[in-house]
Amino acid sequence: MAYSDKVLDHYENPRNVGVLDKDDPNVGTGMVGAPACGDVMRLQIQVSEDGVVEDAKFKTYGCGSAIASSSLVTEMVKGKTLEEVAAIKNSEIVEELALPPVKIHCSVLAEDAIAAAIADIKAKREEQSAQKESA
Amino acid sequence: MSSLNIPIYLDYSATTPVDERVAKSMAECLTLQGNFGNPASRSHPFGWKAEEAVEEARRNVAEIIGAVPKEIVWTSGATESDNLAIKGAAEFNQKKGKHIITMKTEHKAVLDTCRQLERDGFEVSYMDPMENGLLDLEAFKKEIREDTTVVSIMHVNNEIGVIQDIAAIGAITREKGILFHVDAAQSPGKVAIDVDEMNVDLMSLCAHKVYGPKGIGALYVRRKPRVRLEAQIHGGGHERGMRSGTLATHQIVGMGEAFRIAREEMATETAHMRKLRDRLWDGVKDMEEIYLNGDLEQRIPGNLNISFNFVEGESLIMSLKDIAVSSGSACTSSSLEPSYVLRAIGRNDELAHSSIRFTMGRFTTEEEVDFTIGKVREAVQKLRELSPLWDMFKDGVDLDSVEWAHH
Repeated sequence: MAYSDKVLDHYENPRNVGVLDKDDPNVGTGMVGAPACGDVMRLQIQVSEDGVVEDAKFKTYGCGSAIASSSLVTEMVKGKTLEEVAAIKNSEIVEELALPPVKIHCSVLAEDAIAAAIADIKAKREEQSAQKESA
Repeated sequence: MSSLNIPIYLDYSATTPVDERVAKSMAECLTLQGNFGNPASRSHPFGWKAEEAVEEARRNVAEIIGAVPKEIVWTSGATESDNLAIKGAAEFNQKKGKHIITMKTEHKAVLDTCRQLERDGFEVSYMDPMENGLLDLEAFKKEIREDTTVVSIMHVNNEIGVIQDIAAIGAITREKGILFHVDAAQSPGKVAIDVDEMNVDLMSLCAHKVYGPKGIGALYVRRKPRVRLEAQIHGGGHERGMRSGTLATHQIVGMGEAFRIAREEMATETAHMRKLRDRLWDGVKDMEEIYLNGDLEQRIPGNLNISFNFVEGESLIMSLKDIAVSSGSACTSSSLEPSYVLRAIGRNDELAHSSIRFTMGRFTTEEEVDFTIGKVREAVQKLRELSPLWDMFKDGVDLDSVEWAHH
């Protein structure tokens, strides 16, 4: 099984590996996948007050394509608004990394991770504004 | 370091390079100047010479398992031998019964053959191994029925290297009058085989695991008492009607030579293998959260199968790019399921996903083992730094209690 150069590059030099404080009100955390499936991705985004992604970090348990997919995602989301981030499609990841058919599910999982991170930050913000209102 | 052959080959259980001595003997059977005749040509020296070479090879194969030459049938490999043995015996004996017993950890050549027989109306019991990979003899005895005709258990498991107690199983089947087939593809040159002591009736062998060429194997078929099989390939009646097809002299000579060398060099080679394997294990065993798959003692000397928790197998192999190994991870099998062998010995999916099989062989050196130790430690550390599961483990989270968001 030959990996594309892009996958190898992300694997050798993964971008934005690490952890953000998940209790920080401006951080959205998405964790998807399951150890039993051989793929777990944790994607975290730091979002400004006006909804722009300022920073992103990831950690992934999975094959080279899964690691590359999540590493690429952290690059793709920086500087985008949450709406733009939500519009990212897994096909973009497949194309950029030249993923073969058997690895497409890795890009789908990365898309799920984005959705989960966005859902988390949105839920936090709704709760914050609900608290402000009731205060 | 410069004397290392990069990439290093540590996948001897997948296949072996042909020994130079074997290659030489094969090359002598190809061209006009060589021994190219059809061994079945009765009427001229070309045929006679080829037949002689085939018979010498037959003797060499028979000798390593304690059989006589007449009991060896040439096939295209262990897969074909498995098919011939199991289908052949089941079909021949179907009036007596239609129940077969095998194990979940058998090679696909056995399992898929059994599935086919199930489609043809046979019943098959697929037994679970114990956690160490061995067959539970008491459970096995209970599984035997009045209508059981064939039992098939492999000698050495290709994934975890575990050695089954064939003699103990054979004693049971002999007593019950049931035919006992053993897939011994991984055994010659590594473990002693004696078909009489072990009460084996049928044994599958192949050349390419023993420094011989791919595409040639043999099936041992007991003559005393005589075992009868339904042939699976029909034609000119070669091999006493059991397997038609012109004998490939060069392939057979290769297998014979490979088996002769294996027999003569087994003692020194296994000692060397054990030393190398222990060196590799000693170099990694202090690592946190690693699990040896299968019994350490009841195991062929050159095999190590280790699960590195919280690190996925394919990414680990990618990291070990200068070393050729294989993994029980789903990503590296063509289906997306983790190793059924590791699952059968009770490893959960995560540990099956995180496993690496290292198998050493005749040409492995200490330098290669040391290089491997360094790379494995480095790779596991790097991948754990990337792994959210490792983080959670370090934070004391019980991963079994987490509710994962499956997709």
